[in-house]
Amino acid sequence: MHELGIVTHVMKTLTDVAAENELTRIGSVTLEVGEVSGVIHEQILDCWDYMCTKRGPLFTGCKLILDTIPAVTYCSSCEKTYPTVQYGRTCPHCGSGETWLLEGNQCTIKEIEAE
Amino acid sequence: MKILELKETFTASNDLDAEELRTYLKEKSVILFNLMSAPGSGKTTLLSRVITDLKEKVNIAVMEADIASAVDAERIEALGAQAVQVHTDGMCHMDAGMTREGLLSMDLTSTDIVFLENVGNLICPAEYDTGAVKNIMILSVPEGDDKPLKYPLMFRESDALVITKTDALPYFNFDMGKVIERVRKLNPTIKIFPVSAKKGGGMAAFEAWLLEETKVWVTHA
Ligand SMILES: Nc1nc2c(ncn2[C@@H]2O[C@H](COP(=O)(O)OP(=O)(O)O)[C@@H](O)[C@H]2O)c(=O)[nH]1
Ligand SMILES: [Mg+2]
Ligand SMILES: [Zn+2]
Repeated sequence: MHELGIVTHVMKTLTDVAAENELTRIGSVTLEVGEVSGVIHEQILDCWDYMCTKRGPLFTGCKLILDTIPAVTYCSSCEKTYPTVQYGRTCPHCGSGETWLLEGNQCTIKEIEAE
Repeated sequence: MKILELKETFTASNDLDAEELRTYLKEKSVILFNLMSAPGSGKTTLLSRVITDLKEKVNIAVMEADIASAVDAERIEALGAQAVQVHTDGMCHMDAGMTREGLLSMDLTSTDIVFLENVGNLICPAEYDTGAVKNIMILSVPEGDDKPLKYPLMFRESDALVITKTDALPYFNFDMGKVIERVRKLNPTIKIFPVSAKKGGGMAAFEAWLLEETKVWVTHA
């Protein structure tokens, strides 16, 4: 639902990076995408390819690579962690609901391949 | 080709971004109103009237995102208000990230109210939280009284509905009672203000609401 906004944000950041580093072409971009970030892979890839055709030479033919980052929840009752997608909000170790997401809702521009 | 490690993290969730933006606005004691409508409904005309009427009472700035008319920012600036044009790069709506960038490019030190004139479109803007404190939808009389049936989401998501161009009522088959009934069915708590931005009729009630919402937002810190 929000993929075009994310692509716009990433391309803007990379345009700045390219200017700073005097890059003229970006061959690929690797994003780390949290498991519970809500990003839909197919949609972001579609938006990416579409925007690449509109953004001039810097992004021509640029490939988007998505690395999934597992979501991890922390339980403050027993101080253990567990996989979020599997168990949700209730701690599988002690049954407590006092849990919070440690990671997995973020996106990171990990690296780019460029010249 | 070489590899550059960036490790630039951002939130992928527009809703989180929007919440963060409201926190920022609260800290700055600034209220943000998001204005949504079809193209040509009368957003800029309404804003011009509000800016002129409230000039002595509050400091208003405008963020223009409507791509249809690049002259809108100039129309606002001509009234002595701060205006920025944000570029949506062909996107059909503003999201919270883009709104934040627009806000960061503005000087908000003495600003009380920022209006975001969203992209003229009745579908997409309703789906994205821009980080605005209140959402205002504008429906103009020539668009017809069946709009709530065709675009229910925007009516549901809005805090206020301005029915504008009421000076044109005699020339159109527009049943005001029916519209209000249809809108209330979708959104029982929405405030409805019939106005003529051109002639000024009904503007006082709408402006009083704007001032009241602003007061509530900046005083309940
Ligand atoms: N009759 C009448 N025309 C209006 C009114 N408000 C706006 N308009 C006209 O509607 C057209 C579009 O207005 P504008 O404010 O540019 O719409 P926007 O695209 O939503 O910003 C212009 O020709 C305005 O003069 C109104 O209250 N009454
Ligand atoms: Mg306009
Ligand atoms: Zn536990």
